[in-house]
Amino acid sequence: MSTPAILAENINTHYGRSHILRGVSFRVAPGETVSLLGRNGMGKTTLLRTLAGLVRPSSGSIQLNGAEVTNSRASSRSRAGLAIVPEGRGIFPNLTVEENLTFASRANNKGERPWPLERIYSLFPRLAERKHHWGNELSGGEQQMLSIGRALMTSPSIFLLDEATEGLAPKLRDEIWATVKQITQSGIAAIIVDKNLNDLLALADRNMIMAKGEIMFEGTSAALRADEALIHRHLGV
Amino acid sequence: MDLVFIQLLNGVQYGLLIFLAASGLTLIFGIMGVINLSHGSFYMLGAYGALTLTAFTGDIFLALLIGVPLAFVFGIVIEWLFIRHLYDRDHLQQVLLTFALILIFNEAQKLLWGSYPHSVPIPSYLQGGVKISALLTYPYYRIAVAAFCVALALLMVFVIQKTRVGRIIRAGESNREMVEALGIDSRLLFRFVFAAGVALAATAGIVAAPLESVYPGIGEPILIISFVVVVIGGIGSVKGAFIGAILIGVADALGKVYFPAFSSSVVYALMAAVLIARPGGLFGRAA
Repeated sequence: MSTPAILAENINTHYGRSHILRGVSFRVAPGETVSLLGRNGMGKTTLLRTLAGLVRPSSGSIQLNGAEVTNSRASSRSRAGLAIVPEGRGIFPNLTVEENLTFASRANNKGERPWPLERIYSLFPRLAERKHHWGNELSGGEQQMLSIGRALMTSPSIFLLDEATEGLAPKLRDEIWATVKQITQSGIAAIIVDKNLNDLLALADRNMIMAKGEIMFEGTSAALRADEALIHRHLGV
Repeated sequence: MDLVFIQLLNGVQYGLLIFLAASGLTLIFGIMGVINLSHGSFYMLGAYGALTLTAFTGDIFLALLIGVPLAFVFGIVIEWLFIRHLYDRDHLQQVLLTFALILIFNEAQKLLWGSYPHSVPIPSYLQGGVKISALLTYPYYRIAVAAFCVALALLMVFVIQKTRVGRIIRAGESNREMVEALGIDSRLLFRFVFAAGVALAATAGIVAAPLESVYPGIGEPILIISFVVVVIGGIGSVKGAFIGAILIGVADALGKVYFPAFSSSVVYALMAAVLIARPGGLFGRAA
């Protein structure tokens, strides 16, 4: 078995006295796309933030591409190839679009830049048109494109996308999904959180459902589609 | 009329000097979220450093050349020893620790330089001044200080707007967590920003030393006025600090001409007016 891109073992995360993640364990293979599903407040965002190093787990272990990172800072994990597009997008409002994109531009550990600025602009032509605009002058959809583009410019091997299409119009949503598909097909391992079940099931190689800080289900899209009771119980569809 | 003009010049020059101190304070507060009460102490140490280094080198500008890098290194040491422990703590603990630093620096100043006021000489080539009228001249040294401050302000604008370090600083102002998530070690960013803030405050202290006597507690009025500038300009905004400092400098100087009985209140009245109109300051985020 090849070294997993992400290996999480028995992660527990607390916010003060609240026990948010309860013994979460899973693995994501290199190039695999995993959807993370669940109702609001079940721990999805906390899990992504814990993987990215923005929240410190109280116990457990996290490995990225075989390297132990449980106690390393978010910046080290980013330089090791993990990129996160957070809920809320995290755009720097006082930087231009181009400054946001090139802010953390870097090569991967092979010295390659698979997502140079020109490729980002061809992926999102709208960003090229607005490259001199400030971050806070963009619409929600453009901000999401910018956040995805900025993450790609760090040449990641692992991509975490929280609330991929939240608050976007259907046309923009389709545009984002088409881009996410290109990203996942490029060999980057990805965990994607979103509320659009059908879009996620079409995209993901595997799905995980979280409830009350635990992973309740792991399986293929076909297996999940077949279990209507499970979908109804945990996703409210 | 001459008096008003001279006061206007003095106000602008004083404002430029305050800008140096306040820009460091606003960056430290805006990016690191640290309320640094000891900022005025770095101004004081700059002024006393000027006293010692000018005695050693014979020239205030040579003192500046040596003093600023020393202040930067001193800032790194202070950040590493004390300030880095404050990032995840509340403002009360920040205030307590940085107030303790004021007391420590004040005692150190008394031990090293004593309690008497000192004067720092103006270099011989900047003695005298420009004749403005039959009775009034404006000192060359004040003009040189104003020009130096403007040059430094322009350099800061260039660094903040055009360099990678500047981009990181601006990004850190709006979203520190995202800066870290994108691979920038925020510990190094904070250390650099704090040290730069210390160096700026010390620079202001060094160039101001020949303008007034160097005395114990010289940094305290600067701390208070710097906070007023930060509030007027908007927390974290260097542009706001510049505009705020010039406004304060001019208001203070003209207040002394037109409202001598209330001159010390004029800057606070200005701050109150700005806060009523724009609660987040001139260039700050809305409160």
